[in-house]
Amino acid sequence: MAGQASKKDQIKKEIMTEKIKIRARHLNFFYGHAQALYDISLDIKSSQVTALIGPSGCGKSTFLRCLNRMNDLIPISRVAGEITLDDVNINDPSVDVVMLRRRVGMVFQKPNPFPKTIFENVAYGLKVNGVSDRVFIESRVEESLKKAALWDEIKDRLHESALGLSGGQQQRLCIARALAVEPEIVLMDEPASALDPIATQKIEDLIGELKENYTIIIVTHSMQQAARVSDRTAFFYMGKLIEMDETETLFTRPRLKQTEDYITGRFG
Amino acid sequence: MAETHILTNNQSGMQPVQIHASEKKINTLESSFNRVHGRRKRIQQVLFMLFRTAAIINGMGLFMVVFFIAWNGWEAVTWEFLTQAPTDSMTKGGILPCIVGTLCLGIGAIFVALPIGIASAVYLNEYARPGKVLRVIRLGINNLAGVPSVVFGLFGLAFFVTWMGMGESILAGVLTLGALTLPVIIGSTEEALKAVPNTYREASLALGATKWQTIHQVVLPAALPGILTGAILGLSRAAGETAPIMFTAAVFFTPTLPTSPFSKIMALPYHIYVLATAGTNIEATRPLQYGTSLVLIALVLGMNLVAIVWRARLRKKIK
Repeated sequence: MAGQASKKDQIKKEIMTEKIKIRARHLNFFYGHAQALYDISLDIKSSQVTALIGPSGCGKSTFLRCLNRMNDLIPISRVAGEITLDDVNINDPSVDVVMLRRRVGMVFQKPNPFPKTIFENVAYGLKVNGVSDRVFIESRVEESLKKAALWDEIKDRLHESALGLSGGQQQRLCIARALAVEPEIVLMDEPASALDPIATQKIEDLIGELKENYTIIIVTHSMQQAARVSDRTAFFYMGKLIEMDETETLFTRPRLKQTEDYITGRFG
Repeated sequence: MAETHILTNNQSGMQPVQIHASEKKINTLESSFNRVHGRRKRIQQVLFMLFRTAAIINGMGLFMVVFFIAWNGWEAVTWEFLTQAPTDSMTKGGILPCIVGTLCLGIGAIFVALPIGIASAVYLNEYARPGKVLRVIRLGINNLAGVPSVVFGLFGLAFFVTWMGMGESILAGVLTLGALTLPVIIGSTEEALKAVPNTYREASLALGATKWQTIHQVVLPAALPGILTGAILGLSRAAGETAPIMFTAAVFFTPTLPTSPFSKIMALPYHIYVLATAGTNIEATRPLQYGTSLVLIALVLGMNLVAIVWRARLRKKIK
């Protein structure tokens, strides 16, 4: 028991000293006149899985999409406050959003492979980023598909349409596609919500393996999922960050009544 | 109380009436279900019948036109008819110059209108920010689609033929027809672009692709079958128009085939018009009129068929 506790402490210490990858400070976000995020300040540490939980419409997806500036696509949106990635403000005019998005990959709620072959899907990110070496692309495609635990299932049908894969396979393909351009951070917006339990488990196992090399931020509706896969969890409600802590602490000893009500399902 | 009784308001008075719920509630529901069910089933049957009739009339319309033309025209369509120029004041001979002319005009118009149309639609749908400018441009395009074709003809005459000095020529005709088909192509291309799921764009941008890379490599390929549909419609319209070419490109008679973009040409729709209204012997050319119409219809349907097969193959490739 004592050994286990000290080991836990040691891990905890390691986590505490982890480098802060993303830092949000006083982040406010607006869709037109409607404010979606209020004064969010939080840190996301390198090589960890951070889960964002909260009820629908609480702003967790909006926050996630601020991190790779996907919200730029919405003409009426506006950001105030600061988000830094490795201490560089990502909303600074000098930051090239295209380069930012290569470093901050994203996996979406619904699997969205392109209507191309499996190979072309994974190779796409490399090609648009200027890689033309055929041999390099081939090896990177294989490597990415292996990382996404999909290679063995599809290695014989690389040149068939990606739309012929099952939902779970499509989502792992999307993960492979995101990994191919070597991002530092992978954002996942409810990546398993459209999948069956077995496919969900595969995605969760995968997240556990990937966190060694990537910083992962996952939005999820399932508190069990957050508890299973994440190191730290942030609870959002009505556009505000209510509480953020280590996952174990948040789920066993939440500081706030509101958090406790939500995680125990007594939410009103 | 609440479980065994139900309170109902009768509409005239405010007095609540207490009824024993377990029987009455079910009876009321069931009788109203039965009553309504019969009626809505009848409504549905009548409406479906009307819709079916409308669809059949449409199908019959096309069938009857084609059948009528084919019935009267098939005897006139011989190998000589397709390979020779008209002779004897157009009462004999063939329509080869007209076929070649219409092909030149139709294909030329698509080559002019397709790039400009796709570029405009991409700008309007993918790049332009919603606002006043966009609304004005859209208004312009929609109105362009409503301009009568004879007005396009006069515009072509004034602008391309006279002002730009092209003279009556294939080039002037192609440009005029191109302007005419532009709104059709812009409209259908925009629809095709809108039908491409936004998740494709997001996925591409999230991988660090630029907007242009996204459009060029993901959006346009996915929209291609729909764009082709627009091209088919545009081509059909361009090939069949008479008014825009009678001022700009087509002539009453020329025995030679076109040699340059500045040649004057004969064209099928204008030839039909000439035979039917301005010939020296209208009665004698009746079979030729039907024959020419049949060739025009066959040409348009044939071009459509090629495009449809191509589109089906593209769709298959995407899936």
